[in-house]
Formats: sequence, structure tokens, C-alpha cells
Amino acid sequence: MMESFWRVLLLQDHNTRVVMAGACLFGAAAGLAGTFLLLRKRSLLGDTLGHATLPGITLAFLLAETFGISPRSFLWLALGATISGVAGMGAVLLIRKTSRLKDDAALAIVLSVFFGAGIAMLSAIQQLPGGQAAGLERLIYGNPASMTSSDAWFVLLASLLVAGVCGFLFKEFTLLCFDESYALTAGWPVRPLDALLMGLVVLVTIVGLQTVGILLVVALLVIPPAAARFWSDDLRAMALVAAGAGGLSSLVGVVASALLPGLPTGALIVLSAALFFGVSLLVGKKRGLIIRHLLEREAARRLRREHVLRAIFECAEDMQPVVTLEQVLAKRPWKKNELRSEISQLTDDGLLTTEPSGASFQLNGRGDSEARRLVRNHRLWEIYLLNHADVAPARVDRDADLIEHVLDQRLVDELEDLLDEKARERLVPGNPEKKLP
Amino acid sequence: MSTHPLEIRSLNVAYHRKMVLWDADLCIRPGRSTAIVGPNGAGKSTLLKAALGLIPAASGEVLFYGEPLKKVRSRVAYVPQRESVDWDFPVSARDVVAMGLYKKIGWCLPVRARHKRMADEALADVGLADFAGRQISQLSGGQQQRVFLARALAQKAELHLMDEPFASVDAATEQAILTLLRRLKDQGGTVVCVHHDLDTVAEYFDDVVLLNMRVVAQGPASEVLTPDNLRKTYGARLTLLDEAVVDLSRPGAPRES
Repeated sequence: MMESFWRVLLLQDHNTRVVMAGACLFGAAAGLAGTFLLLRKRSLLGDTLGHATLPGITLAFLLAETFGISPRSFLWLALGATISGVAGMGAVLLIRKTSRLKDDAALAIVLSVFFGAGIAMLSAIQQLPGGQAAGLERLIYGNPASMTSSDAWFVLLASLLVAGVCGFLFKEFTLLCFDESYALTAGWPVRPLDALLMGLVVLVTIVGLQTVGILLVVALLVIPPAAARFWSDDLRAMALVAAGAGGLSSLVGVVASALLPGLPTGALIVLSAALFFGVSLLVGKKRGLIIRHLLEREAARRLRREHVLRAIFECAEDMQPVVTLEQVLAKRPWKKNELRSEISQLTDDGLLTTEPSGASFQLNGRGDSEARRLVRNHRLWEIYLLNHADVAPARVDRDADLIEHVLDQRLVDELEDLLDEKARERLVPGNPEKKLP
Repeated sequence: MSTHPLEIRSLNVAYHRKMVLWDADLCIRPGRSTAIVGPNGAGKSTLLKAALGLIPAASGEVLFYGEPLKKVRSRVAYVPQRESVDWDFPVSARDVVAMGLYKKIGWCLPVRARHKRMADEALADVGLADFAGRQISQLSGGQQQRVFLARALAQKAELHLMDEPFASVDAATEQAILTLLRRLKDQGGTVVCVHHDLDTVAEYFDDVVLLNMRVVAQGPASEVLTPDNLRKTYGARLTLLDEAVVDLSRPGAPRES
């Protein structure tokens, strides 16, 4: 076991080197092309495409048997796969154009019909006298170990082509995926660009047949980009992370399957991609669950702190500066324990002066100015909501440190005047920053 | 040869055999702002999209500056409805505005520092100088609308076609758009907006096109916005039917323009 482990890791076999390099390159190319496929919201098309290659493969095999060509040649089978994959995409487009069916239905129909036809032909092949279907099964479940060096060269060239096209047409593909109608009006050839992008996806699918197989090829198109989205809000970075994740997943999958013979490589590659996805979902820097949870908790904590400060300020405004816990409790429906801990926190932070018993407290200098700022902001937002009800809901941002950060100064001045006026009429408490005349 | 920025002659558009636009005739005057106004489902956005070739027209002719759109694309900028794209897309405000420069940059070449500067200038023109690096999902609806405007600005076109730029935006954005409309006109440009709010039409725009599947009236706002025209556009469908019947009974009757 240890010996085989080192043999794999140190790339001592020529065959292992070929397989690893091929799988790794394929993974990276799939991650790159998949990024655009995902952003174009066509992930399911990738799945349909993979399944739709089967009838072409079996037909190519049958033809080869009939005419006496070597039926195992990957390039020959790949040709059949390409033709039927493209025919499958054409069928999806045709159904969409001629009927009023939605995309998901069109995709499901084509996927199942093409795959069904392929399975039927496959079992016919298996019943042929002397006909061996083994060469085909490796394309369904994926078996990179069967890769010859000429196959590896094909993978290498195809992957470089995919990477090159994605690199050169990065901004064109970005525009296509983001805003197709604008691209059209600006004079970009949207349809040819779209066809080219789909052509790259077909190429990746064909290349992937040998590595992960028909059933799982979509996984490497979709999972690495989806995982990469958790790490970055920038398309360039996302594409690089997706390419890296795809390559790495393939590498890990191939190594794992070399160590655990008997388990299919394609499945192990997909599982390692899924592992990367799971990790990204949890700890991704931009949208991971943990970072989002922390940000939400931080926001909730800030909100509670602001509520307490405002409540204390308003109690002091109505009555005497020293405020009791009961007075603050009466202001809002909060839990006594929560309020207590917040008050001791505020005391520790030097915003409150608290009696040793903790029953009454007072805003000190720093606390007072902080509370004034919060109360002023809050009251101005309220006035804004009252007076600009038509547009305000889209605009109100209580998270903003100062209302001036969101609204322009002229509007804020106008709101201040309104607040003064309402305070003079004793309709609302006044602006704490200003003394009324 | 016409010098009108946009001229549409008997444009017909149908969705699945259902007519959306009937023989729309339209003439946009240069150096002015025009609002296309009408009730929901009147075909306002359809008119713009069909003119730009985004949806197929059943028949009719559309000329930009007297030529088919293909020949004068760089002179025409389109601002789609904000809802038409996915704002969760992983790009920054600057990236979106730079898309207006892609044609200038050309095939396969990357966006360079000077293009980014141009994008930033366009963003500053709509009051978003501080938001250039922000991911677009973290902008408010009004700010997103302004990013779209900045993209069209960066294109430095002469005719701007905007689909509902004022739809559910905040006061600051409304002001920014109005300032922009004025500036575009001062520079000799022409602006056409699909607009939904009858209250502000006369205040915001020079010319008005009243549309309800057909062009009811067009011309200077003060002349077009008459109670009679508005009733024909918004009012009871019966009025429209009555007229159609009259029109049919008199095949030679002159069209209203």
C-alpha cells in the first residue's frame, strides 16, 4: 500500500503521469468554460449535452464494427459523440422555438430521449456475437486510466484551446452572459459568440467522456465555478479559482482512485469537487455561510446596541439623566437578561456610568454624543419616511453611519427644518443636536 | 434622406399571433427629449426593442439617422430596463460601465487603465464616483439604474434610447437622470425614454408619444397631452373600438398622426 502510494505521488509510472496531466488539464478547462456556462444559466444544458452524446457513441461503435474500423479508437467515438451532442442541443433549441414549452421541459425531454436511444443501442451491442461493450462503458462511467498518450495529447490540445478562447474572448463572453440585449444593440455578434461558447462546452464534454464519463461530466462544468462564486465577487478571480478547483479535484480524484482500485475514477473526481464545494459553501471568503452568519450576527449586535443607547437617551430626555433598568425595559419589548448584558457591555466600553448595583445608569460624555448621533439619524430617517413615502422605502438605510452618507446635504437640511418644526409643534421629540429657540 | 435620429414607418409587432403594435409611425426630432407614454401592455418597451432589432417585427421600416441601425450602431446607445439583467453577476460598477467601451476597445483586447478611467468619469457624471469598485448587487436600485446610464454615456452616442429609467428610483437618482438628460441635449444629443408616470411627463420631456398598441398622438408635450388624447390612450377601451369600427366603415379615412 505505502509503496503504491509513493509510486503514484512521485509519478513514477509513465502512465500515471499521462493520466494525471490529462485529468488535471481537463478539470481546469471545464472550470473555465463552466464559469461562463453557469453565469449564462445554462448548467442543465451541460447535463443534457453529456447524456445526448451516448447515441452518437454507440452508433459510431456499430458503424465501426460494420465497416471494420477499430471500434475502440477514442477519436472515432468522440466524433460520434460530438455529432449527437450537437444534435441534442439543436433539438432543445428546436423544441423551444416551435412550442411554448419552457426550457426545463425541453431539456428533460431531449436528455431522456437521447439517453434512452443510446441505452437501447448499447444493449444491442452487448448482445452482438463477439461484440465487446467494454470500450463503451469506460465512456459512460469514466476511466482515465485507459487513456493512451495520443488521447492525452488530444486532451492537452483541447484544454489549451478552451483556455485560449476563454482568455482571448473574456470580455466578449462576459458581456454575452451579463447583458445579451445590450450586446446585440452595441453590434456584437451575439449568436455566433453564443455558438462558440456552447462549442467550447461541447469540446469540454467530449474531452471529459474519458475522464469522468457521460453521466458525470456536467459536475466538473458546474461544481468548480459554483464553488468559486463563494470566494470572489470578481469574474476574473472567479474564473481562475474555478479552473484551479477543477484541476485540483481531478488530480485528487485520480490519485484517490489509484490508491483505492475498484472505485471508479469519475465518481472520485466528482466527489472531490463536491468536497471543495462543501468547504467553499462553509468558509468561502465572500459568500460562505460562516462569513455571512458572522456579518449578520455583527449587524444584529450593532442594532441592539443602538436600540439600547437610543432608549436610554430618550428616557433621559423625558425624565432625569439617571435612568433605571425598568424605565428602559418599558421602552421596548426586550428580554431583561439581554438588556442587562448590553448595559454592562456599554459600561465596559466607557459609554455608560453605572451604579454598582446595576439598577440605574447614566450616559457619560462619550456615550451621550454617540447616542445623540444615533437619535438624530433615526429621527431624520423617520421624518424622511413620513414626508417622502413615495420613494423613501427604497432609500432608507439605517445601517449608514450618517444620513448624509446616503441622502444629499440639501435634502438633509430640509429634513432638519421639518424636524425642528414638528418638535416646536410638540408632535415629535426634537433634534438632539440642536437647541430649540 | 431624413436627418431624424429615429424614424419608424408602419411598424407591426406580434407575439404568438397576438398583435402588440399596429402600424406604428414615429418620428423623433433631433436635440430633444421624447417620452413614450401609455398604459401597461401598450407596447412601449416593445416599440423600443423592435426598433433596435431585439425582437422581430412583422413588418415596417426603422431608420436611425436615415440609415438602417447596422450602419450607425455607434451613434445609438440603449439603456435596458434594470430588471433585464441579473445583478448578482460577479462584476463591479466600473466593469459594467466599461462594457460601453468594449466596441471601442475591439475584439480580444483587454480593458486597459485608460478605459477604466473613462468608465470612472462616466460614473462620476451620474454621481457614483465613490461606487466604482462596488460589486453591483451591493448597489441600491437607483444606483444600478445610474450604472446603466453611465454605460450608455461611456459609449458617447448621439441618440439614447432608455427603457423606463425612472421606474421605482429614488429622488437622488431621478435628479441625476434629469441633469443627465439636460446635458445630453445641450451637447446636441437626442433622448427617447419609455416613461410610465403621466404626472411628470410634461415637466421632464419636450415631446410626447402617446402609445396604446398604435400611436395615438405625437408632438410637443403641451399639444399632445390633451384630455381627448389621454382618453384615447388610457380611457375606456370602448372608445378605441368605436373608432376602429368607424375606420373600417370608411376605408379611405385619413390616419391620425
